[in-house]
Amino acid sequence: MKAITTDFEYLVAKTPEEALELLSQHKDDDYKILAGGQSLNTTMKHRLITPAYVIDIKSISDLDYIQFDEKKGLRIGALTTHRAVEKSPIIKEKYSVLAEMEGNVASVETRNWGTITGDLCHADPAADPAPVMIALDAKMKISGVNGERTVDSENFALDFFETVVEPGEMVTEIQIPALPPNTGVKFQKYSQMLGDYAIASVAVLITLDKKGVCTNARIGLGGVASTPLRAKIAEEVLKGKKITDELLAEAGRAASAETSPVSGIEASAEYRKELAGTLVKRVGKQALEKALKA
Amino acid sequence: MKQQLNIVVNGEAYDLFIEPKTLLVQVIRDMLGLKGTHQACDSSSCAACTVVLDGKAVKSCSILALQANGKSVVTVEGLAQGTKLHPIQQAFIDNWAFQCGFCTSGQIMGAKALLDENPNPTREEIQEAMDGHLCRCTGFNMINEAIRDAAKRLQEQKAAESGRVA
Repeated sequence: MKAITTDFEYLVAKTPEEALELLSQHKDDDYKILAGGQSLNTTMKHRLITPAYVIDIKSISDLDYIQFDEKKGLRIGALTTHRAVEKSPIIKEKYSVLAEMEGNVASVETRNWGTITGDLCHADPAADPAPVMIALDAKMKISGVNGERTVDSENFALDFFETVVEPGEMVTEIQIPALPPNTGVKFQKYSQMLGDYAIASVAVLITLDKKGVCTNARIGLGGVASTPLRAKIAEEVLKGKKITDELLAEAGRAASAETSPVSGIEASAEYRKELAGTLVKRVGKQALEKALKA
Repeated sequence: MKQQLNIVVNGEAYDLFIEPKTLLVQVIRDMLGLKGTHQACDSSSCAACTVVLDGKAVKSCSILALQANGKSVVTVEGLAQGTKLHPIQQAFIDNWAFQCGFCTSGQIMGAKALLDENPNPTREEIQEAMDGHLCRCTGFNMINEAIRDAAKRLQEQKAAESGRVA
């Protein structure tokens, strides 16, 4: 696996329009979209995929942006690197959970070249961004020559390495709503080594009213199913109540029951299941503390 | 079908024809003969292949060479001036920051990108920036010390140069 062994035709798009045109032309061909390629190139080296065409969109500078609006929230263009998200002052201020998550994605070298959207489109269920996107209620904007649509981040992945993006389409933007007052969001990944894929990861969002009652909770889980997961039953445990340690433990048990992990060399399925619950309890507490201070 | 690659490596412009599947590290090592850039894990886990691409440290084993078209690459061979080592290289020697040396060129290029961006990093900032670089001899502490020493040397060099201009 020192090299990519199968030839492919390499096509470059410099604008979103060029990219959509190329995708439309090749929608019946075996192609892959290449952004930073930090997952794709390795997957090709491992000979897990051998596309006939590689459509390189990395140099579409029109889609390399981070925009924030108090009402609309955050917009991240599809070619924004992990590192740009990690270092963005507005993200650090308004969505610190995103910057914190990015700080432990692989290594600086990978984050300098790889994109957060590409990471999400690779759809490894143990990757870091998706649980945070689920907790933040992010939407993926998907464009094709015939128009665009948005998909909730929790419905974006269909299975291991599979998403709802159809042939001829590409993700052009991540849309994250503005956070209401008294909201705390935290993320934690448990991995063998810093920067590794998660054995399990959890993102929790908690919004409180003035009396400290939880009005909204969103929980995203990584590494514990064939896709990133939204723990809806665990969220219901927290909603409408004053959050206590006991309630968080109950939410943890509920989240644990919602997972369907597989065993691997890093951890057994039982371990991942247990860990997901423990992390929901811990990260939930951190999110609560943040919401109380917000 | 081979495609054209225009790339500047260590200040020299190259006009090459390559298969699209060619990785940046293959161009650097096999076509240009610059063997200082090492290929080890080959799965984007070790950073031995780190080079500086348009000012940013990247893993050359995980980038198609054609993605570097029109860009500028610095490898470890691009640091020394003649026989005079770059301050980061000298600091690695003086601080015993390598043992087998296999990871060293990647470590040095990671350090180069870090110090270009942040000329005076703390111990923690160095740890954070370098945490993707694996040293199987586990000389991490000495590497950190060498980078802090290199930062000092580079700042002294800069001060001396601006002194000369004044």
